[in-house]
Amino acid sequence: MYGGGNTFEHIKSNGLENEDPEKLAQFEARIERGEKIEPNDWMPQLYRKQLIRMIEQHAHSEIIGALPEGTWITRAPGFKRKLALMAKVQDEVGHAQLLYSAAETLGKSREQMIDDLINGKSKYSNIFNYPAFTWADSCFISWLVDAGAIVNQLANARGSYGPYCRALDRICAEESFHLKYGHHCVIHMATGTEKQREMMQAAINRWWPPMMHFFGPSDKISVHSEILMRWKVKMGSNDDMRNQFLDMYVPKIWELGFTIPDENLRKNEVTGRWEYTEPDWEEFKRVINGDGPCNKERLAVRRTAEERGRWVREALLAPKTEYVAPLA
Amino acid sequence: MTNTEALKELIYKMADDQLILGHRNSEWTGFGPLLEEDIAFSSMAQDKVGQSYALYQILNDLGEGDPDTVAFMRNADQFHNSQLVELPNGEYDFSLVRHFLFDTAEAIRFQMLTNCSHEPLAQLANKIKGELRYHTMHADIWIKQLGRATEESVSKLQDSLDRLIPYAIGVFEPSPMEDQIIEDKIFEGEGKLRQQWEEAILVVKSKTPLNLPYFSLVKPV
Repeated sequence: MYGGGNTFEHIKSNGLENEDPEKLAQFEARIERGEKIEPNDWMPQLYRKQLIRMIEQHAHSEIIGALPEGTWITRAPGFKRKLALMAKVQDEVGHAQLLYSAAETLGKSREQMIDDLINGKSKYSNIFNYPAFTWADSCFISWLVDAGAIVNQLANARGSYGPYCRALDRICAEESFHLKYGHHCVIHMATGTEKQREMMQAAINRWWPPMMHFFGPSDKISVHSEILMRWKVKMGSNDDMRNQFLDMYVPKIWELGFTIPDENLRKNEVTGRWEYTEPDWEEFKRVINGDGPCNKERLAVRRTAEERGRWVREALLAPKTEYVAPLA
Repeated sequence: MTNTEALKELIYKMADDQLILGHRNSEWTGFGPLLEEDIAFSSMAQDKVGQSYALYQILNDLGEGDPDTVAFMRNADQFHNSQLVELPNGEYDFSLVRHFLFDTAEAIRFQMLTNCSHEPLAQLANKIKGELRYHTMHADIWIKQLGRATEESVSKLQDSLDRLIPYAIGVFEPSPMEDQIIEDKIFEGEGKLRQQWEEAILVVKSKTPLNLPYFSLVKPV
Protein backbone atom coordinates (compact mmCIF):
# COMPACT_ATOMS: atom_id res chain seq x y z
CA MET A 1 0.00 0.00 0.00
CA TYR A 2 2.80 2.39 -0.77
CA GLY A 3 3.93 2.34 2.80
CA GLY A 4 0.48 1.78 4.32
CA GLY A 5 0.68 -1.97 4.48
CA ASN A 6 -1.70 -4.62 5.70
CA THR A 7 -4.80 -2.75 4.78
CA PHE A 8 -6.53 -5.50 2.92
CA GLU A 9 -4.99 -8.70 4.15
CA HIS A 10 -6.10 -9.85 7.55
CA ILE A 11 -4.10 -12.05 9.84
CA LYS A 12 -5.71 -15.45 10.02
CA SER A 13 -3.69 -16.89 12.85
CA ASN A 14 -1.05 -15.02 14.75
CA GLY A 15 0.94 -18.17 15.49
CA LEU A 16 2.21 -16.65 18.72
CA GLU A 17 1.53 -19.85 20.64
CA ASN A 18 4.64 -21.30 18.97
CA GLU A 19 6.93 -18.47 20.03
CA ASP A 20 9.19 -18.55 23.06
CA PRO A 21 7.28 -16.41 25.61
CA GLU A 22 10.45 -15.09 27.23
CA LYS A 23 12.00 -13.94 23.94
CA LEU A 24 8.68 -12.49 22.88
CA ALA A 25 8.46 -10.46 26.07
CA GLN A 26 12.00 -9.13 25.57
CA PHE A 27 11.22 -8.28 21.95
CA GLU A 28 8.09 -6.37 22.93
CA ALA A 29 9.94 -4.57 25.69
CA ARG A 30 12.59 -3.39 23.22
CA ILE A 31 9.95 -1.99 20.88
CA GLU A 32 8.15 -0.40 23.82
CA ARG A 33 11.42 1.38 24.73
CA GLY A 34 11.66 2.70 21.15
CA GLU A 35 14.59 0.51 20.10
CA LYS A 36 14.94 -0.61 16.50
CA ILE A 37 14.90 -4.29 15.59
CA GLU A 38 17.81 -5.26 13.34
CA PRO A 39 18.06 -8.16 10.82
CA ASN A 40 20.00 -10.53 13.09
CA ASP A 41 17.87 -9.89 16.16
CA TRP A 42 15.30 -12.39 17.35
CA MET A 43 11.81 -11.64 16.06
CA PRO A 44 8.51 -13.52 15.98
CA GLN A 45 7.60 -15.21 12.69
CA LEU A 46 4.49 -13.09 12.38
CA TYR A 47 6.55 -9.88 12.61
CA ARG A 48 8.92 -11.10 9.93
CA LYS A 49 6.09 -12.22 7.65
CA GLN A 50 4.11 -9.00 7.96
CA LEU A 51 7.14 -6.82 7.40
CA ILE A 52 8.23 -8.75 4.31
CA ARG A 53 4.71 -8.40 2.92
CA MET A 54 4.55 -4.70 3.67
CA ILE A 55 8.03 -3.72 2.43
CA GLU A 56 7.63 -5.91 -0.64
CA GLN A 57 4.30 -4.27 -1.52
CA HIS A 58 5.89 -0.90 -1.04
CA ALA A 59 8.80 -1.83 -3.36
CA HIS A 60 6.41 -3.17 -6.01
CA SER A 61 4.42 0.07 -5.79
CA GLU A 62 7.56 2.03 -6.58
CA ILE A 63 8.44 0.13 -9.75
CA ILE A 64 4.85 -0.13 -10.96
CA GLY A 65 4.39 3.52 -9.97
CA ALA A 66 7.22 4.44 -12.35
CA LEU A 67 5.09 3.30 -15.30
CA PRO A 68 2.16 5.79 -15.49
CA GLU A 69 4.49 8.78 -15.05
CA GLY A 70 7.29 7.20 -17.08
CA THR A 71 5.12 7.32 -20.18
CA TRP A 72 5.15 11.13 -19.85
CA ILE A 73 8.94 11.52 -19.95
CA THR A 74 9.23 11.61 -23.73
CA ARG A 75 6.17 13.88 -23.98
CA ALA A 76 6.87 16.25 -21.08
CA PRO A 77 6.50 19.90 -22.12
CA GLY A 78 9.95 21.46 -22.39
CA PHE A 79 13.42 20.82 -21.01
CA LYS A 80 12.76 21.92 -17.45
CA ARG A 81 9.83 19.59 -16.85
CA LYS A 82 11.38 16.76 -18.80
CA LEU A 83 14.63 16.76 -16.84
CA ALA A 84 12.77 17.00 -13.53
CA LEU A 85 10.36 14.21 -14.42
CA MET A 86 13.18 11.92 -15.56
CA ALA A 87 14.97 12.44 -12.26
CA LYS A 88 11.76 11.91 -10.31
CA VAL A 89 10.84 8.64 -12.00
CA GLN A 90 14.44 7.47 -11.63
CA ASP A 91 14.13 8.17 -7.90
CA GLU A 92 11.07 5.91 -7.74
CA VAL A 93 13.00 3.03 -9.29
CA GLY A 94 15.82 3.75 -6.85
CA HIS A 95 13.31 3.54 -3.99
CA ALA A 96 12.30 0.09 -5.20
CA GLN A 97 15.97 -0.92 -5.15
CA LEU A 98 16.35 0.33 -1.56
CA LEU A 99 13.15 -1.34 -0.41
CA TYR A 100 13.87 -4.71 -2.02
CA SER A 101 17.22 -4.62 -0.21
CA ALA A 102 15.48 -3.82 3.08
CA ALA A 103 13.05 -6.72 2.55
CA GLU A 104 15.92 -9.05 1.63
CA THR A 105 17.35 -8.57 5.13
CA LEU A 106 14.29 -10.52 6.32
CA GLY A 107 15.08 -13.52 4.14
CA LYS A 108 13.18 -13.17 0.85
CA SER A 109 15.22 -12.58 -2.31
CA ARG A 110 14.49 -9.82 -4.83
CA GLU A 111 13.92 -12.48 -7.51
CA GLN A 112 11.28 -14.23 -5.38
CA MET A 113 9.55 -10.92 -4.69
CA ILE A 114 9.47 -9.92 -8.36
CA ASP A 115 8.20 -13.40 -9.29
CA ASP A 116 5.37 -12.99 -6.79
CA LEU A 117 4.53 -9.59 -8.26
CA ILE A 118 4.38 -10.94 -11.80
CA ASN A 119 2.36 -13.98 -10.77
CA GLY A 120 -0.16 -11.73 -9.05
CA LYS A 121 0.58 -13.25 -5.66
CA SER A 122 1.67 -10.00 -4.07
CA LYS A 123 0.00 -6.64 -4.44
CA TYR A 124 1.04 -3.06 -5.09
CA SER A 125 -0.64 0.27 -4.56
CA ASN A 126 -4.02 0.27 -6.22
CA ILE A 127 -3.73 3.80 -7.53
CA PHE A 128 -1.23 2.80 -10.22
CA ASN A 129 -3.87 0.69 -11.91
CA TYR A 130 -5.38 3.91 -13.27
CA PRO A 131 -4.12 5.56 -16.47
CA ALA A 132 -2.38 8.94 -16.82
CA PHE A 133 -4.26 10.23 -19.87
CA THR A 134 -2.93 13.77 -19.94
CA TRP A 135 0.02 15.80 -18.72
CA ALA A 136 -2.27 17.08 -15.96
CA ASP A 137 -2.69 13.50 -14.69
CA SER A 138 1.07 13.26 -14.39
CA CYS A 139 1.07 16.55 -12.43
CA PHE A 140 -1.61 15.18 -10.09
CA ILE A 141 0.45 12.06 -9.42
CA SER A 142 3.66 13.99 -8.76
CA TRP A 143 2.00 16.32 -6.32
CA LEU A 144 -0.84 14.52 -4.59
CA VAL A 145 -0.09 10.81 -4.91
CA ASP A 146 3.43 11.54 -3.71
CA ALA A 147 1.95 13.66 -0.92
CA GLY A 148 -0.20 10.70 0.15
CA ALA A 149 2.84 8.47 0.03
CA ILE A 150 4.77 10.87 2.25
CA VAL A 151 1.97 10.84 4.85
CA ASN A 152 2.22 7.04 5.02
CA GLN A 153 5.98 6.91 4.82
CA LEU A 154 6.68 9.51 7.49
CA ALA A 155 4.48 7.51 9.84
CA ASN A 156 6.19 4.24 8.95
CA ALA A 157 9.66 5.77 9.31
CA ARG A 158 8.90 5.82 13.06
CA GLY A 159 8.27 2.07 12.99
CA SER A 160 10.33 -0.60 14.70
CA TYR A 161 12.30 -2.31 11.94
CA GLY A 162 15.67 -0.58 11.49
CA PRO A 163 16.44 -1.28 7.79
CA TYR A 164 12.93 -0.21 6.69
CA CYS A 165 13.05 2.98 8.78
CA ARG A 166 16.43 3.96 7.35
CA ALA A 167 15.27 3.30 3.79
CA LEU A 168 12.18 5.42 4.47
CA ASP A 169 14.22 8.31 5.83
CA ARG A 170 16.09 8.50 2.53
CA ILE A 171 12.95 7.98 0.51
CA CYS A 172 11.07 10.75 2.32
CA ALA A 173 13.88 13.21 1.67
CA GLU A 174 13.64 12.54 -2.06
CA GLU A 175 9.85 12.48 -2.07
CA SER A 176 9.79 15.96 -0.58
CA PHE A 177 11.47 17.20 -3.79
CA HIS A 178 8.87 15.35 -5.86
CA LEU A 179 6.18 17.10 -3.90
CA LYS A 180 7.70 20.51 -4.64
CA TYR A 181 8.07 19.63 -8.30
CA GLY A 182 4.48 18.36 -8.50
CA HIS A 183 3.09 21.36 -6.64
CA HIS A 184 4.95 23.67 -9.00
CA CYS A 185 3.53 21.85 -12.03
CA VAL A 186 -0.02 22.14 -10.67
CA ILE A 187 0.41 25.85 -9.81
CA HIS A 188 1.64 26.41 -13.36
CA MET A 189 -1.51 24.75 -14.74
CA ALA A 190 -3.72 26.65 -12.27
CA THR A 191 -2.33 30.01 -13.31
CA GLY A 192 -2.22 29.18 -17.02
CA THR A 193 -4.77 29.34 -19.79
CA GLU A 194 -8.43 28.36 -19.50
CA LYS A 195 -7.55 25.11 -21.26
CA GLN A 196 -4.78 24.30 -18.79
CA ARG A 197 -7.12 24.94 -15.85
CA GLU A 198 -9.75 22.69 -17.40
CA MET A 199 -7.20 19.93 -17.95
CA MET A 200 -6.06 20.14 -14.34
CA GLN A 201 -9.62 20.14 -12.99
CA ALA A 202 -10.45 17.11 -15.14
CA ALA A 203 -7.41 15.31 -13.74
CA ILE A 204 -8.46 16.12 -10.15
CA ASN A 205 -11.95 14.79 -10.90
CA ARG A 206 -10.53 11.58 -12.36
CA TRP A 207 -8.00 10.93 -9.63
CA TRP A 208 -9.99 11.87 -6.53
CA PRO A 209 -11.74 8.50 -6.01
CA PRO A 210 -8.49 6.47 -6.31
CA MET A 211 -6.78 9.07 -4.08
CA MET A 212 -9.37 8.46 -1.37
CA HIS A 213 -8.86 4.70 -1.81
CA PHE A 214 -5.12 5.16 -1.53
CA PHE A 215 -5.05 5.00 2.27
CA GLY A 216 -6.98 1.73 2.36
CA PRO A 217 -10.46 0.73 3.56
CA SER A 218 -12.25 2.72 6.23
CA ASP A 219 -11.54 1.80 9.83
CA LYS A 220 -15.21 0.85 10.04
CA ILE A 221 -14.70 -2.11 7.71
CA SER A 222 -11.00 -2.77 8.12
CA VAL A 223 -10.15 -4.97 11.07
CA HIS A 224 -7.18 -3.53 12.88
CA SER A 225 -4.59 -5.68 14.26
CA GLU A 226 -3.79 -4.38 17.66
CA ILE A 227 -0.65 -6.48 17.67
CA LEU A 228 0.80 -4.86 14.52
CA MET A 229 0.27 -1.45 16.09
CA ARG A 230 1.92 -2.61 19.29
CA TRP A 231 4.90 -3.97 17.35
CA LYS A 232 5.09 -0.69 15.41
CA VAL A 233 4.65 -2.41 12.08
CA LYS A 234 1.57 -0.37 11.32
CA MET A 235 1.82 3.16 12.64
CA GLY A 236 -1.61 4.65 12.15
CA SER A 237 -5.10 3.67 11.08
CA ASN A 238 -6.17 4.11 7.46
CA ASP A 239 -8.67 6.80 8.41
CA ASP A 240 -6.06 8.68 10.43
CA MET A 241 -3.71 8.75 7.45
CA ARG A 242 -6.52 9.81 5.11
CA ASN A 243 -7.57 12.55 7.49
CA GLN A 244 -4.05 13.85 7.77
CA PHE A 245 -3.75 13.99 3.98
CA LEU A 246 -7.06 15.83 3.61
CA ASP A 247 -6.08 18.27 6.32
CA MET A 248 -2.82 19.13 4.60
CA TYR A 249 -3.85 19.17 0.95
CA VAL A 250 -7.56 19.98 0.50
CA PRO A 251 -6.98 23.64 1.51
CA LYS A 252 -4.08 23.82 -0.96
CA ILE A 253 -6.22 22.45 -3.79
CA TRP A 254 -9.03 24.89 -2.98
CA GLU A 255 -6.54 27.73 -2.72
CA LEU A 256 -5.62 27.17 -6.38
CA GLY A 257 -9.29 27.62 -7.31
CA PHE A 258 -9.99 23.98 -8.11
CA THR A 259 -12.97 22.02 -6.86
CA ILE A 260 -12.99 18.51 -5.45
CA PRO A 261 -15.69 16.18 -6.76
CA ASP A 262 -17.32 15.43 -3.40
CA GLU A 263 -20.06 17.76 -2.22
CA ASN A 264 -19.92 16.31 1.29
CA LEU A 265 -16.25 17.10 1.77
CA ARG A 266 -15.79 19.49 4.70
CA LYS A 267 -13.84 19.76 7.91
CA ASN A 268 -15.89 19.27 11.05
CA GLU A 269 -14.57 22.07 13.23
CA VAL A 270 -15.87 20.38 16.39
CA THR A 271 -14.15 17.02 15.91
CA GLY A 272 -11.30 18.39 13.79
CA ARG A 273 -11.87 15.50 11.35
CA TRP A 274 -12.78 15.66 7.69
CA GLU A 275 -16.17 14.41 6.54
CA TYR A 276 -16.63 13.00 3.06
CA THR A 277 -18.76 10.70 0.98
CA GLU A 278 -17.81 7.13 1.75
CA PRO A 279 -15.50 5.96 -1.06
CA ASP A 280 -16.72 3.07 -3.18
CA TRP A 281 -15.00 0.18 -1.44
CA GLU A 282 -16.49 -2.34 -3.84
CA GLU A 283 -14.58 -0.71 -6.68
CA PHE A 284 -11.46 -0.68 -4.51
CA LYS A 285 -11.74 -4.43 -3.95
CA ARG A 286 -12.49 -5.07 -7.59
CA VAL A 287 -9.38 -3.16 -8.73
CA ILE A 288 -7.15 -4.70 -6.06
CA ASN A 289 -8.25 -8.11 -7.24
CA GLY A 290 -7.14 -7.46 -10.79
CA ASP A 291 -10.07 -5.83 -12.54
CA GLY A 292 -8.91 -2.22 -12.79
CA PRO A 293 -8.35 -0.24 -15.97
CA CYS A 294 -4.60 -0.96 -16.18
CA ASN A 295 -3.84 -3.99 -13.96
CA LYS A 296 -3.19 -6.28 -16.90
CA GLU A 297 -1.11 -3.73 -18.77
CA ARG A 298 1.05 -2.89 -15.74
CA LEU A 299 1.86 -6.52 -14.98
CA ALA A 300 2.39 -7.31 -18.66
CA VAL A 301 5.01 -4.55 -18.90
CA ARG A 302 6.78 -5.87 -15.81
CA ARG A 303 6.58 -9.45 -17.05
CA THR A 304 7.96 -8.49 -20.46
CA ALA A 305 10.82 -6.55 -18.86
CA GLU A 306 11.68 -9.57 -16.69
CA GLU A 307 11.53 -12.04 -19.56
CA ARG A 308 13.52 -9.88 -21.96
CA GLY A 309 16.14 -9.16 -19.31
CA ARG A 310 16.59 -12.75 -18.17
CA TRP A 311 19.61 -13.44 -20.40
CA VAL A 312 21.39 -10.42 -18.92
CA ARG A 313 20.86 -11.61 -15.35
CA GLU A 314 21.90 -15.14 -16.30
CA ALA A 315 25.02 -13.84 -18.00
CA LEU A 316 25.97 -11.98 -14.82
CA LEU A 317 25.64 -15.22 -12.87
CA ALA A 318 27.63 -17.29 -15.37
CA PRO A 319 30.44 -19.09 -13.50
CA LYS A 320 33.03 -18.18 -16.13
CA THR A 321 32.18 -14.51 -16.09
CA GLU A 322 35.21 -12.40 -15.39
CA TYR A 323 34.08 -9.33 -13.53
CA VAL A 324 35.65 -6.07 -14.50
CA ALA A 325 36.15 -3.55 -11.74
CA PRO A 326 35.34 0.08 -12.48
CA LEU A 327 38.34 2.35 -12.82
CA ALA A 328 37.10 4.99 -10.40
CA MET B 1 37.23 34.94 -36.98
CA THR B 2 34.94 31.93 -36.62
CA ASN B 3 32.50 31.06 -39.36
CA THR B 4 29.22 31.13 -37.45
CA GLU B 5 27.29 29.04 -39.96
CA ALA B 6 29.87 26.26 -39.82
CA LEU B 7 29.87 26.39 -36.02
CA LYS B 8 26.08 26.24 -35.85
CA GLU B 9 25.98 23.31 -38.26
CA LEU B 10 28.31 21.33 -35.98
CA ILE B 11 26.44 22.23 -32.79
CA TYR B 12 23.06 21.33 -34.30
CA LYS B 13 24.34 17.90 -35.22
CA MET B 14 25.75 17.25 -31.76
CA ALA B 15 22.75 18.68 -29.88
CA ASP B 16 20.25 16.69 -31.92
CA ASP B 17 22.21 13.47 -31.40
CA GLN B 18 22.26 14.01 -27.64
CA LEU B 19 18.58 14.95 -27.49
CA ILE B 20 17.36 11.95 -29.45
CA LEU B 21 19.56 9.37 -27.73
CA GLY B 22 18.61 10.90 -24.36
CA HIS B 23 14.98 10.16 -25.19
CA ARG B 24 15.77 6.62 -26.29
CA ASN B 25 17.75 6.00 -23.08
CA SER B 26 14.86 7.32 -21.00
CA GLU B 27 12.60 4.63 -22.44
CA TRP B 28 14.48 2.07 -20.33
CA THR B 29 13.14 3.69 -17.12
CA GLY B 30 10.94 1.04 -15.51
CA PHE B 31 11.85 -1.48 -18.20
CA GLY B 32 15.50 -2.48 -17.70
CA PRO B 33 16.81 -6.04 -17.32
CA LEU B 34 17.61 -5.20 -13.70
CA LEU B 35 16.73 -2.19 -11.56
CA GLU B 36 20.32 -0.99 -11.51
CA GLU B 37 20.27 -0.67 -15.30
CA ASP B 38 16.96 1.24 -15.29
CA ILE B 39 18.69 3.69 -13.02
CA ALA B 40 21.92 3.83 -15.04
CA PHE B 41 20.13 4.44 -18.35
CA SER B 42 17.99 7.08 -16.69
CA SER B 43 21.10 8.88 -15.44
CA MET B 44 22.62 8.82 -18.89
CA ALA B 45 19.34 10.02 -20.37
CA GLN B 46 19.33 12.99 -18.01
CA ASP B 47 22.94 13.81 -18.86
CA LYS B 48 22.29 13.63 -22.60
CA VAL B 49 19.13 15.72 -22.55
CA GLY B 50 20.89 18.18 -20.27
CA GLN B 51 23.88 18.33 -22.63
CA SER B 52 21.62 18.96 -25.60
CA TYR B 53 19.93 21.75 -23.64
CA ALA B 54 23.30 23.41 -23.01
CA LEU B 55 24.22 23.10 -26.71
CA TYR B 56 20.88 24.61 -27.80
CA GLN B 57 21.59 27.48 -25.41
CA ILE B 58 24.85 28.17 -27.24
CA LEU B 59 22.90 28.11 -30.50
CA ASN B 60 20.41 30.53 -28.97
CA ASP B 61 23.29 32.88 -28.15
CA LEU B 62 24.34 32.58 -31.79
CA GLY B 63 20.93 33.81 -32.89
CA GLU B 64 18.87 30.62 -33.16
CA GLY B 65 15.47 30.17 -31.45
CA ASP B 66 15.08 29.42 -27.75
CA PRO B 67 16.02 25.86 -26.72
CA ASP B 68 12.47 24.61 -26.05
CA THR B 69 11.26 25.79 -29.44
CA VAL B 70 14.27 24.50 -31.33
CA ALA B 71 14.30 21.13 -29.59
CA PHE B 72 10.61 20.34 -29.54
CA MET B 73 8.92 22.29 -32.32
CA ARG B 74 10.91 21.33 -35.42
CA ASN B 75 9.70 18.81 -37.97
CA ALA B 76 11.51 15.51 -38.42
CA ASP B 77 13.29 16.59 -41.62
CA GLN B 78 14.79 19.61 -39.86
CA PHE B 79 16.80 17.46 -37.45
CA HIS B 80 20.53 16.97 -38.04
CA ASN B 81 21.00 13.82 -35.96
CA SER B 82 22.62 10.59 -37.09
CA GLN B 83 20.40 7.60 -37.76
CA LEU B 84 22.20 5.61 -35.08
CA VAL B 85 20.58 7.52 -32.22
CA GLU B 86 17.02 7.37 -33.50
CA LEU B 87 16.75 3.59 -34.00
CA PRO B 88 14.21 2.04 -31.60
CA ASN B 89 15.75 0.59 -28.43
CA GLY B 90 15.26 -3.04 -29.38
CA GLU B 91 16.60 -5.53 -26.85
CA TYR B 92 19.09 -4.61 -24.15
CA ASP B 93 22.09 -5.80 -26.20
CA PHE B 94 21.11 -3.41 -29.01
CA SER B 95 20.81 -0.42 -26.67
CA LEU B 96 24.03 -1.36 -24.90
CA VAL B 97 26.07 -1.71 -28.09
CA ARG B 98 24.68 1.58 -29.43
CA HIS B 99 25.54 3.26 -26.14
CA PHE B 100 29.08 1.83 -26.34
CA LEU B 101 29.69 2.86 -29.96
CA PHE B 102 28.16 6.31 -29.60
CA ASP B 103 29.54 7.33 -26.23
CA THR B 104 33.04 6.19 -27.11
CA ALA B 105 32.86 8.65 -30.03
CA GLU B 106 31.31 11.43 -27.94
CA ALA B 107 33.89 11.15 -25.18
CA ILE B 108 36.65 11.68 -27.75
CA ARG B 109 34.66 14.39 -29.56
CA PHE B 110 34.18 16.51 -26.45
CA GLN B 111 37.77 15.96 -25.39
CA MET B 112 38.80 17.37 -28.78
CA LEU B 113 36.34 20.23 -28.43
CA THR B 114 38.00 21.45 -25.24
CA ASN B 115 40.39 23.16 -27.71
CA CYS B 116 37.56 24.74 -29.70
CA SER B 117 38.16 28.31 -30.89
CA HIS B 118 34.61 29.24 -29.80
CA GLU B 119 35.21 29.72 -26.09
CA PRO B 120 31.67 28.91 -24.82
CA LEU B 121 31.78 25.56 -26.62
CA ALA B 122 35.26 24.80 -25.29
CA GLN B 123 34.07 25.49 -21.75
CA LEU B 124 30.97 23.36 -22.17
CA ALA B 125 33.05 20.54 -23.67
CA ASN B 126 35.19 20.57 -20.57
CA LYS B 127 32.12 19.96 -18.42
CA ILE B 128 30.53 17.39 -20.73
CA LYS B 129 33.67 15.28 -21.11
CA GLY B 130 33.61 14.68 -17.35
CA GLU B 131 30.05 13.35 -17.55
CA LEU B 132 30.85 11.19 -20.56
CA ARG B 133 33.68 9.51 -18.71
CA TYR B 134 31.05 7.73 -16.62
CA HIS B 135 29.06 6.79 -19.71
CA THR B 136 32.03 5.11 -21.36
CA MET B 137 33.02 3.46 -18.08
CA HIS B 138 29.50 2.01 -17.85
CA ALA B 139 29.52 0.85 -21.48
CA ASP B 140 33.00 -0.69 -21.30
CA ILE B 141 32.25 -2.66 -18.15
CA TRP B 142 29.07 -4.13 -19.59
CA ILE B 143 30.58 -4.92 -23.00
CA LYS B 144 33.50 -6.67 -21.32
CA GLN B 145 31.21 -8.64 -19.00
CA LEU B 146 28.42 -9.63 -21.37
CA GLY B 147 30.88 -9.95 -24.25
CA ARG B 148 32.44 -13.03 -22.65
CA ALA B 149 29.81 -14.38 -20.25
CA THR B 150 27.53 -16.92 -21.92
CA GLU B 151 27.14 -18.17 -25.45
CA GLU B 152 23.82 -16.37 -25.61
CA SER B 153 25.17 -13.04 -24.39
CA VAL B 154 28.19 -13.16 -26.72
CA SER B 155 26.08 -13.98 -29.76
CA LYS B 156 23.54 -11.27 -28.94
CA LEU B 157 26.25 -8.66 -28.62
CA GLN B 158 27.87 -9.85 -31.85
CA ASP B 159 24.55 -9.56 -33.75
CA SER B 160 24.01 -6.03 -32.47
CA LEU B 161 27.57 -5.04 -33.32
CA ASP B 162 27.14 -6.36 -36.86
CA ARG B 163 23.93 -4.39 -37.26
CA LEU B 164 25.13 -1.17 -35.65
CA ILE B 165 28.68 -0.65 -36.92
CA PRO B 166 27.51 0.87 -40.25
CA TYR B 167 25.20 3.24 -38.36
CA ALA B 168 27.97 4.13 -35.92
CA ILE B 169 30.31 5.07 -38.75
CA GLY B 170 27.48 7.23 -40.09
CA VAL B 171 27.96 9.46 -37.04
CA PHE B 172 31.24 10.67 -38.60
CA GLU B 173 29.60 12.03 -41.73
CA PRO B 174 31.53 15.24 -42.51
CA SER B 175 29.69 18.51 -42.39
CA PRO B 176 29.11 20.32 -45.72
CA MET B 177 31.38 22.97 -44.14
CA GLU B 178 33.94 20.54 -42.75
CA ASP B 179 36.97 22.36 -44.26
CA GLN B 180 35.82 25.63 -42.74
CA ILE B 181 35.26 23.96 -39.35
CA ILE B 182 38.82 22.59 -39.33
CA GLU B 183 40.38 25.76 -40.72
CA ASP B 184 38.68 27.92 -38.07
CA LYS B 185 39.91 25.56 -35.34
CA ILE B 186 36.36 24.86 -34.23
CA PHE B 187 36.91 21.12 -34.35
CA GLU B 188 39.68 18.89 -35.69
CA GLY B 189 37.26 17.07 -37.94
CA GLU B 190 35.19 13.90 -38.20
CA GLY B 191 38.00 12.03 -39.96
CA LYS B 192 40.40 12.45 -37.07
CA LEU B 193 37.66 11.59 -34.57
CA ARG B 194 36.81 8.43 -36.46
CA GLN B 195 40.43 7.30 -36.42
CA GLN B 196 40.69 7.66 -32.63
CA TRP B 197 37.28 6.04 -32.18
CA GLU B 198 38.31 2.94 -34.14
CA GLU B 199 41.35 2.54 -31.89
CA ALA B 200 39.29 2.95 -28.71
CA ILE B 201 36.65 0.45 -29.85
CA LEU B 202 39.35 -2.10 -30.64
CA VAL B 203 40.87 -1.81 -27.17
CA VAL B 204 37.60 -2.76 -25.45
CA LYS B 205 36.76 -5.40 -28.06
CA SER B 206 40.13 -7.09 -27.56
CA LYS B 207 39.03 -8.13 -24.04
CA THR B 208 36.22 -10.22 -25.54
CA PRO B 209 35.83 -12.87 -28.25
CA LEU B 210 33.68 -10.42 -30.26
CA ASN B 211 34.56 -9.72 -33.88
CA LEU B 212 34.66 -6.39 -35.68
CA PRO B 213 34.63 -5.86 -39.44
CA TYR B 214 37.45 -4.08 -41.27
CA PHE B 215 36.23 -0.57 -40.70
CA SER B 216 37.46 0.59 -44.10
CA LEU B 217 35.16 -1.90 -45.81
CA VAL B 218 32.00 -0.78 -44.00
CA LYS B 219 29.51 1.33 -45.91
CA PRO B 220 28.23 3.99 -43.45
CA VAL B 221 24.46 4.51 -42.92
